[in-house]
Amino acid sequence: MTVELNDLTHTIGEWLRASGPQADIVMSTRIRLARNLADFPFVTKASEQDRADIERLLREKLLHIKATSDEFMYVNVGDLDKIDRQFLVERQLISREHAEAKGARGVVIDPREQVSLMINEEDHLRIQCMHSGLDVRGAWEQINRIDDLISEQVTYAFHPRLGYLTACPTNVGTGARVSVLLHLPALVITKQIEKVFRSLQKISLAVRGLYGEGSQAMGDFYQISNQQTLGRSELELIEQVGDVVPALIHYEREARDFLIKESQQMLHDQVSRAYGILRTAQTISSEETMLLLSKVRMGVNLGLIDDLSLLKLNELFIRTQPAHLQKLTGSELTTADRNIERARFLRRYLNNEGNGGLN
Amino acid sequence: MKCQQCERPATFHITELEGGKHSELHLCEEHARQYLTQGEAEQGPASELAGALAQQMAVSQAAEGLKKLDSRACPVCGITFFDFRNQGRLGCPNDYVFFEKELEPLIANIHGETVHKGKHPKRGAGGTQQRTELIRMRRDMKEAIGQEDYERAKELRDEIKRVEEQQS
Ligand SMILES: [Zn+2]
Ligand SMILES: [Zn+2]
Repeated sequence: MTVELNDLTHTIGEWLRASGPQADIVMSTRIRLARNLADFPFVTKASEQDRADIERLLREKLLHIKATSDEFMYVNVGDLDKIDRQFLVERQLISREHAEAKGARGVVIDPREQVSLMINEEDHLRIQCMHSGLDVRGAWEQINRIDDLISEQVTYAFHPRLGYLTACPTNVGTGARVSVLLHLPALVITKQIEKVFRSLQKISLAVRGLYGEGSQAMGDFYQISNQQTLGRSELELIEQVGDVVPALIHYEREARDFLIKESQQMLHDQVSRAYGILRTAQTISSEETMLLLSKVRMGVNLGLIDDLSLLKLNELFIRTQPAHLQKLTGSELTTADRNIERARFLRRYLNNEGNGGLN
Repeated sequence: MKCQQCERPATFHITELEGGKHSELHLCEEHARQYLTQGEAEQGPASELAGALAQQMAVSQAAEGLKKLDSRACPVCGITFFDFRNQGRLGCPNDYVFFEKELEPLIANIHGETVHKGKHPKRGAGGTQQRTELIRMRRDMKEAIGQEDYERAKELRDEIKRVEEQQS
């Protein structure tokens, strides 16, 4: 099990594959469904025994579902040390809450890291499907099929009028949260991002920044998701989120064109400086790395940097995360040591001195 | 307008609509960035939900009525309405039935709707009665063991087994 988990350190994971439609602006599309078993109390009220029973029951059923051509693997999250749990959080395979929870819990993952099935998170089961780029339809088709397969095996808590019953009433109904992760640096620079937030809130979509280490920012990445889960069908929900994204992509492209036309020199300077720091720094925090990588990513997309691919850049986003760094060096590091290790890794990776000592 | 957190001008005006609570924020760029990276949409904010709920209750219930309501406990999982108000999390599927009257306005407030329009599970989730019965029996069994009433615990265990076999 742990061997398999370690294998993931050498892969990039679906959400950073940079391969889907509009992948220069849309990092990933994610859908999750909240489900509970009809025969057990919700996780908050479940006894230790209940949780163990839920975990065993779901693990057995889930591992036998043939949802992808690959075999699912099971990771007992309760057994993992802190770094390994954090590692799964960084790869977006489990939530922070799931990592920090107590008691029997686990996650079923497909090797491509598109599918993750969290057992005993806030709800008994959280089904998550992640696709690279903008692909709400594709993600929905996959998750819907998996949900159907599971619901042939277990009985979900379902109410004829209220739909799928969840521990928190904010998820009741479809239990579906559709989110798209966007990279919007030009809208941030041109200060139009505020307008975007406002218009999205009007149609009751939530906008959030993405996390780096702790609660620090991850430069210019914003996640858009539906807030409502009841009273609209799943297709209506994915359309609600999916329909708004092309407009955002359009605004971001316009802002980029504007910047290139009006202030290419300033932009080129910013991007080059960011690239320069990443290639030469001797110690660098997770937060600064994210902000600089975000700038460089925009530079690559605008053709201001030509010796770096989007995929390689995305790879840096994940591999410079704290738990990833520690797994690669094979030891627990203090924040200060991590910052030195991160800088060393970036220098080697970006200056073509091998690929940072990996593989 | 000045930023709510510092002396700089507020360039971001954020409207939050979460857990039925509506709030306006006026922030400078730096504080807006800080604010927006604080929480993820994913984590249904339990405290905000609890806050909204408390507010709603205070408006619609006299203190006396609220006290009575707070002490109501779901017969299946044992959660009281007070627990739910505090944590923002329900204890079992039956709570949606047991606290229906109290939850209804809250759900309408959060989602703007009260009727599910999405998919249905493959396996019939009918017989909710029988299913919540299982949850209740498991809880009773734990209680019986706690009270060292092993005779009762054994009865319950056998009954649980019987129902489970019937279902699978
Ligand atoms: Zn401020
Ligand atoms: Zn209950």
